[in-house]
Amino acid sequence: MTPMQKLLQLPVNAVNMVKTVQNQVQGFQEEDKSPVLSPDGAHQAWYSALQPDELRHLRSGGSGGGGGGGHNSEERAPLEEGGGGGGGQTQPLRHDDLKEMLDSNKDSLKLEAMKRIVAMIARGKNTSDLFPAVVKNVACKNIEVKKLVYVYLVRYAEEQQDLALLSISTFQRGLKDPNQLIRASALRVLSSIRVTIIVPIMMLAIKEAASDMSPYVRKTAAHAIPKLYSLDPEQKDQLIEVIEKLLADKTTLVAGSVVMAFEEVCPERIDLIHKNYRKLCNLLVDVEEWGQVVIINMLTRYARTQFLNPNLNECLLEEGGESTFYGSDADQDEDEDEDKKDEALSKRKPYVMDPDHRLLLRNTKPLLQSRNAAVVMAVAQLYFHLAPKAEVGVIAKALVRLLRSHSEVQYVVLQNVATMTIKRRGMFEPYLKSFYIRSTDPTQIKVLKLEVLTNLASETNISTILREFQTYIKSMDKDFVAATIQAIGRCATHIGEVRDTCLNGLVQLLSNRDELVVAESVVVIKKLLQMQPEKHSDIIKHMAKLTDNIQVPMARASILWLIGEYCEHVPKIAPDVLRKMAKTFTNEEDIVKLQIINLAAKLYLTNSKQTKLLTQYVLNLAKYDQNYDIRDRARFIRQLIVPTDKCGALSKYAKKLILALKPAPILESPFKDRDHFQLGSLSHLLNTKAGGYQELPDWPQDAPDPSVRNVEVKESVPEWTKCSSREKRKEKKVEKPFYSDSEGESGPTESADSESDSASSSASGSEQSGSGSEESEESEERSDSDEEEEEEEEEAKKRKTQKKEPIEAVQQSESEQSSEEEVKKRKVSIPPPRNVSESESDDDDSPSDSSQDSESEDSESEAEVKKKKKITPPKAPTKPVKKEGKKEKKEMSLLDFDDFEPTPSPQVTPVGNFLSSSLVTDLEGLSLTDTVLSPATISPSGSLKSYELLHRITGEGLWVEYCFSRQPFLPDPHMVAVQIQFTNSAATEAKSLRLEEAKLQSGMRVKEFPEIEVLPAGESATVVMGVDFCDSTQAANLQLCTHSRKFFVSIQPPVGELMTPSFMTENEFKKEQGQLMGMNEITEKMQLPERCQNEHAIVQRVIAAANLSRVPCGSDKECSSPAPPPPGPPVHRFAGRTVTSGSLVLVTVATKESGPSQLTINCEKMVIGTMLVKDILLALTQ
Amino acid sequence: MYCSCCFSLPNSSGFSVATMNGQLKKCHIAITSFIDSCSPFLIPSSLSPSLCDSSHNLDSLPIVAVEMIHSLFLINHSGDIFLEKHWKSVIGRSVCDYFFEAKEKAAEPEDVPPVLQTPHHYLISIYRDRLFFLSVIQTEAPPLFVIEFLHRVVETFQDYFGECSETVIKDNVVTVYELLEEMLDNGFPLATESNILKEMIRPPTILRTMVNTLTGTSNFEERLPSGQLSTIPWRRSGVKYTNNEAYFDVIEEIDAIVDKSGTTVCAEIQGVIEACVKLTGMPDLTLSFMNPRLLDDVSFHPCVRFKRWEAERVLSFIPPDGNFTLMSYHVNAQNLVAIPVYVKQNISFFESGSGGRLDLTAGPKQTMGKTVEGLVITVHMPKAVLSASLTATQGSYTYDPATKVLVWDIGRLNPQKLPNLRGSLSLQAGAPKPEDNPSINIALKIQQLAISGLKVNRLDMYGEKYKPFKGVKYVTKAGKFQVRT
Repeated sequence: MTPMQKLLQLPVNAVNMVKTVQNQVQGFQEEDKSPVLSPDGAHQAWYSALQPDELRHLRSGGSGGGGGGGHNSEERAPLEEGGGGGGGQTQPLRHDDLKEMLDSNKDSLKLEAMKRIVAMIARGKNTSDLFPAVVKNVACKNIEVKKLVYVYLVRYAEEQQDLALLSISTFQRGLKDPNQLIRASALRVLSSIRVTIIVPIMMLAIKEAASDMSPYVRKTAAHAIPKLYSLDPEQKDQLIEVIEKLLADKTTLVAGSVVMAFEEVCPERIDLIHKNYRKLCNLLVDVEEWGQVVIINMLTRYARTQFLNPNLNECLLEEGGESTFYGSDADQDEDEDEDKKDEALSKRKPYVMDPDHRLLLRNTKPLLQSRNAAVVMAVAQLYFHLAPKAEVGVIAKALVRLLRSHSEVQYVVLQNVATMTIKRRGMFEPYLKSFYIRSTDPTQIKVLKLEVLTNLASETNISTILREFQTYIKSMDKDFVAATIQAIGRCATHIGEVRDTCLNGLVQLLSNRDELVVAESVVVIKKLLQMQPEKHSDIIKHMAKLTDNIQVPMARASILWLIGEYCEHVPKIAPDVLRKMAKTFTNEEDIVKLQIINLAAKLYLTNSKQTKLLTQYVLNLAKYDQNYDIRDRARFIRQLIVPTDKCGALSKYAKKLILALKPAPILESPFKDRDHFQLGSLSHLLNTKAGGYQELPDWPQDAPDPSVRNVEVKESVPEWTKCSSREKRKEKKVEKPFYSDSEGESGPTESADSESDSASSSASGSEQSGSGSEESEESEERSDSDEEEEEEEEEAKKRKTQKKEPIEAVQQSESEQSSEEEVKKRKVSIPPPRNVSESESDDDDSPSDSSQDSESEDSESEAEVKKKKKITPPKAPTKPVKKEGKKEKKEMSLLDFDDFEPTPSPQVTPVGNFLSSSLVTDLEGLSLTDTVLSPATISPSGSLKSYELLHRITGEGLWVEYCFSRQPFLPDPHMVAVQIQFTNSAATEAKSLRLEEAKLQSGMRVKEFPEIEVLPAGESATVVMGVDFCDSTQAANLQLCTHSRKFFVSIQPPVGELMTPSFMTENEFKKEQGQLMGMNEITEKMQLPERCQNEHAIVQRVIAAANLSRVPCGSDKECSSPAPPPPGPPVHRFAGRTVTSGSLVLVTVATKESGPSQLTINCEKMVIGTMLVKDILLALTQ
Repeated sequence: MYCSCCFSLPNSSGFSVATMNGQLKKCHIAITSFIDSCSPFLIPSSLSPSLCDSSHNLDSLPIVAVEMIHSLFLINHSGDIFLEKHWKSVIGRSVCDYFFEAKEKAAEPEDVPPVLQTPHHYLISIYRDRLFFLSVIQTEAPPLFVIEFLHRVVETFQDYFGECSETVIKDNVVTVYELLEEMLDNGFPLATESNILKEMIRPPTILRTMVNTLTGTSNFEERLPSGQLSTIPWRRSGVKYTNNEAYFDVIEEIDAIVDKSGTTVCAEIQGVIEACVKLTGMPDLTLSFMNPRLLDDVSFHPCVRFKRWEAERVLSFIPPDGNFTLMSYHVNAQNLVAIPVYVKQNISFFESGSGGRLDLTAGPKQTMGKTVEGLVITVHMPKAVLSASLTATQGSYTYDPATKVLVWDIGRLNPQKLPNLRGSLSLQAGAPKPEDNPSINIALKIQQLAISGLKVNRLDMYGEKYKPFKGVKYVTKAGKFQVRT
């Protein structure tokens, strides 16, 4: 060591001495001039002592320490953990070397020294004594040295505050550098130095950087905020000001970081977000992935405080209908709820989703495609917490995708999926197989998958799941087998049909060789038997025998409890078991002892003759037990059951107390109540509140004022130069219908688009039914109701009537009506999940040049699209999307991140585009799901008017109903879709249910449904068939066959079902109407009853009577007078086409203030016209 | 039980209850002992019902600025901490003891829970390449965020050093430290794109380290990086190549579970498009497929424009420089997934418990006319199996008695002469007949075929004048392909 040191010191010191006179610059120059000679010379001297290692050092060269060549012989020793005392001696020496090197003028030496120091820091060695030597080099010109000095400084500044201050001036100089990167890096290091005394300097630096020209520096400023805050929380107020300023920043670079700062410093200041909300939503796609996560999480919280619960009404409606896995208690008080629900519904005004809420959902959805699991999870939790029920499904696919990722990711995702499956089972049902377990999965993943599978189990898939479980039981992983057995138990408790199967399976497991398996089975069997003990006394006997073999305490305790509880079923065995147990009492575990006492007590009460002595014996043993619980229990039991003279009243009731009926246990998922934690959070994962966790607030009762999010457009004009004027207009427009109290805006735009409005909204309705049908059982009627609702909504808005009252009035009046009416009312009061469509399509008036050309084409093809959509709903959404995209492509510049990216261009759509653009984007995501959902699963809907096809008495227990689902019949557009529901109320199963054509009228065609092979007793099944009625109301006579019988049945369509809605504008309508005059026109006068006066009721009734769509009305009125609509008599128009021939059916209802209203029907087919008049008249006047 | 009753008393401080109701003493002993363990000023809050939550709630100070990742520890397979990095104040290594405890309990390293709770911290760890990356966080943070970041760190290391192992990290400890410093600022990810990082910190090459050592120049770019500032953060500016080339590998993996009888329990295809793009300037590429409808679920590199995909089903992007994963996708066509091979298996153990018999035959099923290569069959035997004496008609087999894994490396599958492996297994003396069944995992490779039928239609380049060389390759592999017995 010492000779080497000498070698070393000589040249270095010599150089130093020479160069002290010269200034440093010269030194550098010299070094530059002779890059090889002087530093290399030093190097060689330095390493010459250790020849063999030299090469190796050179190879690993820059990497320094780890491979650090010659010094390792000394260095290594102290580095090993707890490695000898020698380290203490060599350390100061070595550090001297390093100091030496740091003091040198050669960058290469400094670099070498710094590398070694950093390597030491990395290994957790203390190098704080080098601080003075290192900190001098902070101004070093060599970037790499500088960087490493920074690393050191940040690590040790806290310990050496005074010395650290030496470096501050360097950074302050750096903050003024013309190069943005240097400014940023200076701020970064300055803010990382945790020295309280520089807080004012930091504060100043941050403030300055926050208004820096470079977004990168501003980003760094945002990063510095939490650092300063943790250093000195006193600065909070000032920091909030900076945050507020940075939040207004328009660049994607800053957005993520500043929201992070916001979350750390002032998450409670939600008001700071208002003005930036829309901007954040729009920027989101282009923010870097980590920032996305933070922003999405923050926006989730924000939305929870600002918007209304989109599922509130649905919750009320569906809570009974949707049988959740654990919803048994909910089912019980369903009936009471029903009344309450109705009440609540009639009181509540229809839900309208805030357009900003919609904006958030729409802009986050594409992020489900992110490669970053954290982003996907963030979006998933946002949808789970914020989206309307029907839309939550889109996240399932993305989450399932994450299951392919690393096992840690799987672990977290599965935990969240497990929580979600409890609330929304339907969402993951299509992906059941993705949760199947492979033997190579780690155990913790297996157990979580098992949890998910159990949550997903339902009557329909239980057989598949149980088959899977069977294979799992044979696994080598015993923990997993035990978990599987528990899962089987849970399935068995919740799905009654399979209880016996499961029980038998578990009993078979009792003969398994593995004791753990047996023990687990015993525990589960015990729980199952408790549900119906009388049937299974042989199982109890079998288990009694097991006490000899099973040693696992829990299992023994379970068996004893079971025998005691059901001792009357095994009167002979029970005392014998007690005898054996009394023998081994002292050696048992505590839980077993307690159960022995229990068993003794129960036997004493039922069979005191045989067991009196045994019980006494056991109680005596227990009296001297070490465990006080057991002593307590023994004392208590003795007092209770053994009659003594002074014993109190209690012993009279001993039997009642001890032999009371115990309720069967409910096996619950450990994930049951986890969803009160925000999904995806650490707290959720641990199921305890982690420090710093922000509670997810509950939805507000009433929405706070949405206008707080309005942004003054003018103010931000300079920044917005890049976004098109259209965009700006849009921004204003969106707000207008919702936020402006007076309709100050001009009319023409309104009227122009109003034509497309209702068409689009109703289109949305039908679309939704196609795609959203996944979970809600009422999807079909919902689609209708949405349609109505939205139209009604729009209408209400147009007329500027207060929407609430009329609807309410109608609802109340209607509530007295027949049940069918009530059903309708329910339909109506379901809120439309989205209403943005209207507002957004308001800006349809400004089509781009290109779209203008194609506009007419568009609107024509739109009809086709429409038709196609009718035929193939799953595909439908993509079509308009496509068109969207083409337009969009034109204006898509290269990704423009630095400046505010205009709001997603879909808002720009030509007039006459039936699908409003926003809707299109909404549906994009939905369309992803419907490919997965099998189209065959059309949920039975209670609220469609259904007709009886086969009475249950004539059908010998088979009960068949049919209704017109009004869905397009996919295989043949000329057919009417008839939804048939079979209910087997007989005791035996019905087999091979099918239809056979009997005598059809000429021209009529029938498309049968696929044969139902088996319909078990008590089950029901729903199928859809198509009938071409040839536009006549003649009944289709059919033969319904079962495996044993044939029934003649007939389906008779009401005339209103023979048509499909057709979408047209008012002008088109008038034109068509003009061509269908004379014989084709039928007019009828009528007196509308009081409650039918308002348009909502009219529209609703007409549409209920006939499958028509409403023609957007009001353009004639609103065109002329923009402000309040004239109080003139409203005219309602409806249009449709007959299914087979496609003849137009036009219905006009003209109401008059006083006097009779007029109903006009124009239809080529006079017969249909006449019949329709009757039907509609009836519907309206009833 | 006691607790709930005393806590349910409204507004009663714990002490008054204790003195008033003698019979509740037991509970309050518990409480007071609990209080003893906390600092004294916490008494009032500790008596609130939230007491039961967990102790760490109480000792977390009121002002704890949330930061994401506080510290990172790298731990090797045998449990040594060989690197630590702190982004804020230093956290002692002892925090890892909780992790070691959990590691002890777990049978396999994969079974260590990724998220652990300690009294003051939370430990989030990943296990990659036989190393644990353990991060310490102090407050609520999305666990996936941290996990994803750690994986990104590993990928960056792999990108820089070719592999991620203890030796490599130790050898490049300074670069590693510099990388970590750049990737995370105050615990929040800063620059994770490898293109940006490479602009700031040059990856080491043997040549460069030689030169660096000799000349004293650094492996830092003298020029300041611009990637951070560019509008396209994943691509560095001023890329120049003499040969402009773009290669795309469509790699599909079949995930399947086949049951005993050979029927497919579940099957799906996971695909990924790996790209190697070396193009000059700022090319704007458009990749289109013949049959994009096949893709059921996709995820993209951030460079891909979502909207164009949604609208036209084409991938439009400005590529990062070098290797990257362009997209990954999922084909979920339960019935359509072609299972390329079958394995006929007969593994039985004698009742007596002395041994067993094994007979495996592999054969082609739906190979689309291509040859199956690299066929490897792995059988995880029950614990009782001591050794195996088998004969293979093709390839070679090994049996590891420690891990109980039988590996049969077949190689190319010859449809004319099906490979067969048969022979006897010997069991531990006296062990009962194993009840659990071995499961069979299959690995294979089929060149020139994407089993889903996905085909790249064309690649167009805009924005640059030259004509690049383009290439597409298809490979099908077995992913998690399992045969149950």
